[in-house]
Amino acid sequence: MPRWGMVIDLDKCDGCQACVVACRTENNVPVAGPEEAEKGRAISWIEVPTTIEGDYPNVRTRFIPRLCMHCDNPPCTAVCPTGATYKDEEGLVAQIYPSCIGCRYCTSACPYTVKYFNWTTPEWPDQTDHFNPDVAVRPVGVVEKCTFCHHRLQKGKEQAKIEGRELREGDYVPACVQACPTKAMYFGDLDDPESTVSRLAKSTRSFRLLEELGTKPKVYYLTEGERYDGKKE
Amino acid sequence: MTEKRSSHQQGMVLSGPSVQAEHDYSSHAARFEDPESDLIRPMLTTGNGFYRTAAALGAVAAWGLFAWLYQLWNGLGTTGLNRPVYWGLYVVNFVFFIGISHAGTLISAILRLCQAEWRRAITRSAEMMTVIALFFGVGSVVLDLGRPDRVFLLFRDGNIQSPLLWDMISITAYLTISSIYLYLALIPDIAILRDRVPGRRWLYRPLALGWTGSEQQQRYLKVAIGVMSVLVIPAALPIDSWVFAMIIQPMWHSIILGPYFAGAIFSAIAALLIVMGVIRRAYHLENYLKPAHFTNLGLLLVAMSLIWFYFTFAAHLTVYYGGATKEQTVFFSKLFGPYAPLFWAMMATNVVIPLLILSNRRTRTVTGTIVASVAVTVGMWLERLTIVVPSLANPRLPYATGVYHPSWVEWSVTAGFLAMFILVYMLCSKLFPIVSIWEIREGREKGFAEARERIESYLPGWAVLGARPVRIRNDDDRVLQN
Repeated sequence: MPRWGMVIDLDKCDGCQACVVACRTENNVPVAGPEEAEKGRAISWIEVPTTIEGDYPNVRTRFIPRLCMHCDNPPCTAVCPTGATYKDEEGLVAQIYPSCIGCRYCTSACPYTVKYFNWTTPEWPDQTDHFNPDVAVRPVGVVEKCTFCHHRLQKGKEQAKIEGRELREGDYVPACVQACPTKAMYFGDLDDPESTVSRLAKSTRSFRLLEELGTKPKVYYLTEGERYDGKKE
Repeated sequence: MTEKRSSHQQGMVLSGPSVQAEHDYSSHAARFEDPESDLIRPMLTTGNGFYRTAAALGAVAAWGLFAWLYQLWNGLGTTGLNRPVYWGLYVVNFVFFIGISHAGTLISAILRLCQAEWRRAITRSAEMMTVIALFFGVGSVVLDLGRPDRVFLLFRDGNIQSPLLWDMISITAYLTISSIYLYLALIPDIAILRDRVPGRRWLYRPLALGWTGSEQQQRYLKVAIGVMSVLVIPAALPIDSWVFAMIIQPMWHSIILGPYFAGAIFSAIAALLIVMGVIRRAYHLENYLKPAHFTNLGLLLVAMSLIWFYFTFAAHLTVYYGGATKEQTVFFSKLFGPYAPLFWAMMATNVVIPLLILSNRRTRTVTGTIVASVAVTVGMWLERLTIVVPSLANPRLPYATGVYHPSWVEWSVTAGFLAMFILVYMLCSKLFPIVSIWEIREGREKGFAEARERIESYLPGWAVLGARPVRIRNDDDRVLQN
């Protein structure tokens, strides 16, 4: 059974937000509008926050793309009173929208604050009529979040079945990874020793967010400022 | 001779100040003989003040209902909640109502088990508060749900790993046990009402369960109440704190947060004192709810205030001294940051005001106790707020930080809930005696003898009863020596 995970090379990320746009279109993520966004109600399954460090002239900008960490030990699934959020056998942390009662316990329990709540009925700009039919509809009052484009896994599996073969690396890639122009994001099976992600996850540059909490996130980051061979830039 | 004297004193105490001209419905002799008329009268005669208060509360409750419907229609976007402050006033109200629900049963049960004689006049009002407050606690959670239409899923798909489920189970158990506890203690009074209020016989007859007050029935009732008062204490333990303590948010995930919520008893005593003050005044029950009751509960309140301060101090000192960055962010936002006004107001209302008022004998009056109680009630509500919001507003990762300003919907619903709570309490006090008739009567008929016997049982050897020393319990002494 694969254990899907992601590696993001922060050295390559230039903060272009292409992943954010790709995710929005792929997953029909609703648009909050400026007023609601101001209130902190915007939904974005992946975010690329910009942090500026240091004092002029020694300033540097850092980008850390943030999405659901799909923890191996997720704090959100334990607290869900109805089992609406759970970890499936392939390690994806999933959300069953019709089971969600909107108590927002999972959002409060998530130390990464990457779960989102539909405060109002989801809305999209008028011109958008190109909805992706493969993703589930999220009504008002439920929690949603990154699914690692779970529907693409289904499609990949079906395709592989039609072609009568096993699922290969590259058959299933989330939209953000596919869209990344600098190829900073990698996706694959962390349990497969041959896969790119499992090799990169073992790199000396690799770290995970809030690793000390024991949530075992499956999104790995590669620190900036070092080359693959470990030499300083 | 001594017995005569003490019963004479008791008569003086019970009949109290001589005349209350406008409320002189019965002769003094009758009132002295019979607490029934004193305690049933407020149920049957309703003044304009009651109707005016009820109308005002009803209006506020109706406005709250409108706000709730508005929220149902438009979603939780009508609240001031956001990312990362996913929980706000409703969760605060939930914890607060569950908190004051501990009043009742816990206070009444403990006092009953301790055989504290002075409990007799206050048990009923406390127990009633428990049952009603629990409904409003549960209601607050339902209000807070984004999809309240799916509440039944908790029963169908309940995930027992979730502390919310523990909460559901414990609150259901608590509600069941405290309702039975309240009802059991009501049965003899309902029987009195059945016999004395013919107009409402349809209500009281089935509820009285054929109570005649026979020796056997009384024995059974005593056993049942005893069992329930033992059961209700573990059921009342605050489980709701684990909803917070179990998850790894800064300043929630600590060993003290669970027991810290025992501060519920603190707010419960305060709420009970306010209720006692109101019914004493409104129903002219000065003869039943005496300064002694307020003093005793007031002293309990000071003790709880000090315990609460110790817990708060422990929680904050460990965080400050430990120096963990994320916890400190929350700590500083509470003590000196955006939540500082709330935090320091809480310290003033929970510690400074009650200590100043209640540690001074001159201000430890009925009014003083009630002023302190109002302060504590507000303070404990603030305490719940400063636990819930600052931790959420400062999550571990610095990318999504937030502030929270409750919206008019949340304030309206909160006000409506409070008004509804008071209104329901008022109406219940019109249906059932707010001071237990049979317990008062039992206190007069048996309490004195029992108390004397109890004191005799532990006073060593000689006791002074009345004027002359009496040698008592020789047999017991001998048993102890053997």
